[in-house]
Amino acid sequence: MDFQVVVLAGGASKNLTPLVSEEIPKALLPVANRPVLSYVLELLESSNLKDLIVVVEGSDAALRVGGWISGAYVDRLHVEVAAVPEDIGTAGALRAVAHHLTASDILVVSGDLVTDVPPGVVAATHRRHGAVVTALLCDTPISGISETGSKDKAKKLGRYNIVGLDPTRQFLLLIASGAEVEKDTRVQKSILGAVGQMEIRADLMDAHMYALKRSVLQEVLDQKDSFHSIRQDVLPYLVRSQLRSEVAKIEEGWNTTITSKTNLIWLSQHREIAPSAFHNGHELDANGSLSAQSTHKCCAYIAGKNKYCARLNSIQAFIDINRDVVGEASHLSGYSFSAQNNVVHPSAELGSKTTVGPQCMLAEGSKLGDKCSVKRSVIGRHCRIGSNVKIVNSVVMNHVTIEDGCLVQGSIICSNVHLQERCVLKDCQVAALWKVPQSWRLKFKLSYLLSGFV
Amino acid sequence: MDSRRAPRTVIDPKVRQVGFVTPGAPPARSHSVPTDACSSPPRAPDFTLPSNSLSPVMIPPARHASADGIPVLTRASAPVPVPSTTPNPPSPLRRDGVQIPIGSYNPSESLGTSPMRSPSSRMDGLEFSEDMSMVSSSRLARSSSAKAAAASFPGTNTEMMAAGKVVGNVVPAKSSLTTASVVKTLPGLSDKGDGSLAEVHGEAAGIAKPLKQKTSKADRRALQEAQRAAKAAAREAGGGKPSGGTVPSNAAKGEFGKPSQKKDAASVSGANVVPEKKVADRPPEKERKKDVPHPRMQFDDQHRVEKAKKRAVVNQSEARNRVELFRHLPQYVHGTQLPDLESKFFQLDHIHPSVYKVGLQYLSGNITGGNARCIAMLLAFREAIKDYSTPPEKALVRDLTAKIGNYVSFLIECRPLSISMGNAIKFLKSRIAKLPHTLSESEAKFTLQSDIDRFINEKILLAEKVIVRHAVEKIRNGDVLLTYGWSSVVEMLLLYAHESSKQFRVVVVDSRPKLEGKALLHRLLSKGLNCTYTHINAVSYIMHEVTRVFLGASSVLSNGTVYSRVGTACVAMVAHAFHVPILICCEAYKFHERVQLDSICSNELGDPDVISVVPGRKDLDHLDNWAENENLQLLNLTYDATPSDYVSVIVTDYGLIPPTSVPVIVREYRREQLWM
Repeated sequence: MDFQVVVLAGGASKNLTPLVSEEIPKALLPVANRPVLSYVLELLESSNLKDLIVVVEGSDAALRVGGWISGAYVDRLHVEVAAVPEDIGTAGALRAVAHHLTASDILVVSGDLVTDVPPGVVAATHRRHGAVVTALLCDTPISGISETGSKDKAKKLGRYNIVGLDPTRQFLLLIASGAEVEKDTRVQKSILGAVGQMEIRADLMDAHMYALKRSVLQEVLDQKDSFHSIRQDVLPYLVRSQLRSEVAKIEEGWNTTITSKTNLIWLSQHREIAPSAFHNGHELDANGSLSAQSTHKCCAYIAGKNKYCARLNSIQAFIDINRDVVGEASHLSGYSFSAQNNVVHPSAELGSKTTVGPQCMLAEGSKLGDKCSVKRSVIGRHCRIGSNVKIVNSVVMNHVTIEDGCLVQGSIICSNVHLQERCVLKDCQVAALWKVPQSWRLKFKLSYLLSGFV
Repeated sequence: MDSRRAPRTVIDPKVRQVGFVTPGAPPARSHSVPTDACSSPPRAPDFTLPSNSLSPVMIPPARHASADGIPVLTRASAPVPVPSTTPNPPSPLRRDGVQIPIGSYNPSESLGTSPMRSPSSRMDGLEFSEDMSMVSSSRLARSSSAKAAAASFPGTNTEMMAAGKVVGNVVPAKSSLTTASVVKTLPGLSDKGDGSLAEVHGEAAGIAKPLKQKTSKADRRALQEAQRAAKAAAREAGGGKPSGGTVPSNAAKGEFGKPSQKKDAASVSGANVVPEKKVADRPPEKERKKDVPHPRMQFDDQHRVEKAKKRAVVNQSEARNRVELFRHLPQYVHGTQLPDLESKFFQLDHIHPSVYKVGLQYLSGNITGGNARCIAMLLAFREAIKDYSTPPEKALVRDLTAKIGNYVSFLIECRPLSISMGNAIKFLKSRIAKLPHTLSESEAKFTLQSDIDRFINEKILLAEKVIVRHAVEKIRNGDVLLTYGWSSVVEMLLLYAHESSKQFRVVVVDSRPKLEGKALLHRLLSKGLNCTYTHINAVSYIMHEVTRVFLGASSVLSNGTVYSRVGTACVAMVAHAFHVPILICCEAYKFHERVQLDSICSNELGDPDVISVVPGRKDLDHLDNWAENENLQLLNLTYDATPSDYVSVIVTDYGLIPPTSVPVIVREYRREQLWM
């Protein structure tokens, strides 16, 4: 179908500082005991997209990601890994691999996306409208669980997106992400005039899956050196300039050289009735062909309510996604759930009177002592958990040792952590290799341990 | 034979040719073997034979009867598909055509061309040749994918990768790619089960697979064609011989010949129409019904609908409550098709992206209107032809025809074809078929592309301009012109008349649910025309002041019936009653030789939801769950037929003609029209 796929797998993200490390770049963070990148790769594989370019920030991270991919997807996918320097941004990453892109359209997917929206719908919408860029928008996931909902609301307020759509909800008219939105947002008069009516929504999240026209993308990347991010620079630029397009002219130029029959192509476009009178109507304003060529279309595909779509871009999101993947979006995890609605690997050992509640996952080789209780949590491989331990709403990665009488709630325990007896952790993130001494009580809201006791 | 003929003559008139067929010549079907009438387009008149020829299909030459004939007949008594084994030396066509698909047990007799086959494996026999190509092409795909991987990434060993193959420097301007995982293409694997291969193989195999499926159908079709040609040749040979009286044993052979003939015929037709069907257990009448060429699919035929659904790419869930009279037309639950097709975007590798795009645009209603759809389709085919390359061991003519056929059936699934598109497809296919064999592939492709360009330019764009020139003479100063809906030609006409500074007023009549007139109105107003906009309910009032009615058409049929957007007939009738002249603007490429008396037998059903919902009137939306109501059927027709009585004149690129002259254009200009 003449599409190329670029997966932007990121590197050591700052937002996830205690979780990601040298050993575990962001792409390999475990979500339900699978690297988060695997969700994207499997989504693409199921859509019959088997030639992928994975861009990783940092050469060490690239090595690790590449090593993992070659182990897990040998014979299944044709993946090429590109290493780019850190802090180059998503636009920079695309710039770096631009010379590998040859297809007419590019599908750019973020490596931290966990979704079941088939990429085909975005690509098809893109093709159908002949758009320059098509973005996948989805409902902002409800973060946090109901108890902490009030606190999260305050947090969410800071980073919502503003998306302007035409009445048919097919064209993007305005996009501003939370960082830029402070008090006021500018809406272009020309766009508003052309479309007549704009629907502004703040409940949509940019899922960071874009279909982009390659020629336009490369043109923009070449011309605008300062562009750092696709979401914050490239996409708003394209949306802003859709009625006085510079890229569309280039685009037409391309067509002329290729086909030498622009009038034919133009004719078919001019007869095209856009379901909203937007692009259709605008062509008329400036008398036909000239203006038709100087506009381009920016489209949006809005995922349905029944689709799951989330990005792992914060610690809260990490907890949420882990919870959802073993919970409401369990079809994504690829595991078969037991009758108790949980996944307990056969090699996991449970002590007497230990209960593993629903929406839990226990990976292979983990041992639980007596009278433990695990609720809505994910426990990684080869963890040793003593007796009388309660783990609620938490993520415990691999090779963690938790001694008797600990209580872990709403926390993330990274690999190789040692919790000594009777620790109480609430809403903590414990970075890898730390050792928490006996009887510590930690109640940090979304922060992490700075000091370690080895 | 008589028992067979009776029902067929009843069914025959489904393909009607009016006016141009010499009535003396009976259709060839009536005296030919049932095999000929497989589900296929109506046969060309060239095939008709004088009715006095004997049933001539297999008259073995004398030489053969003595040497080979007896064994053939003895075999015929066994339930074995026996070929029509009368290798007629002067007709080589027949040799290839007949013997390959059916197979025979006597290698010496079959001139060494047909391989051995068991009676149960008729399927295998049919697909034998495809299997060969399948194997070879998949092997080719495999090797090419392997080669591609090897070429673009030297040293693509996945295990080596971790050992530091990342070439990207710390601060590279351009990063280079490192292959992390490759789809392995081990040659050893190819011998073991194909099931694992399907998974293992990369995209190349993925592309090849659906292709195979489709081309196999085409191959079968090609074989069928060859068979038919062979039959015709045989008939000619057979017809010639008895007249010369050189075959005295003809009558004596009759009783022997017949059973084998019948069996053969049955097996051939069974294999051709539905290869997986067992022939023996089906009653002959039913079978013959299948063989009758259907002008188009009847959607009230459960059996066929099921079969079509299996083939379909687009998800087709039938709408439940359809209006009784229109059950034969396809109507699907709208709204489910587009998301489904979109999510399959990357799976449909065998459909060219540009064709896919056009299909999506048809389905979503982004492209409407006969000319626009036709141009979009032709441009998509043009792109597809540009990117086409003949697979090895295939002929361009056949393979490309099959491919175009695939694309067309995909487009039909998205939306039924308009007549103009049907004509354009006919044109393209005939151009492909007429390609000289001496042309190289690139030349052939170039020829086809320029043919398509020429068709669009001459038959659509230029025709529009000519129509405008012709019609504008009929507009006088002070006229009040009425038009209905949005026809591209009428729009051009009105704008042109305005530019040539004629003084007139336009009445745009519109109707729900499409409200296409609004778009026309918008365009006219932006050019400064004086307009009145009204809905079709008020047409009888507004008609008082109108002096001319200009209407577009989807097609003009050979009895002068104008097939156009629903509502046109109503406007025309009112105009007729008010003695207002009605001018139909229609390009000649949209003419069709079909005759249609009503708008029932051939029509298109639109989305019923759009007529149940009234935008902006929430209080009227009590039809929301209409699909659950058994007592309600909604009918959203797309076209209607305007009888020729109402039409004063048809403006075509050949000038202004009365509706009675449409057959003349169709007959006289057919060749020139479509360069056939």
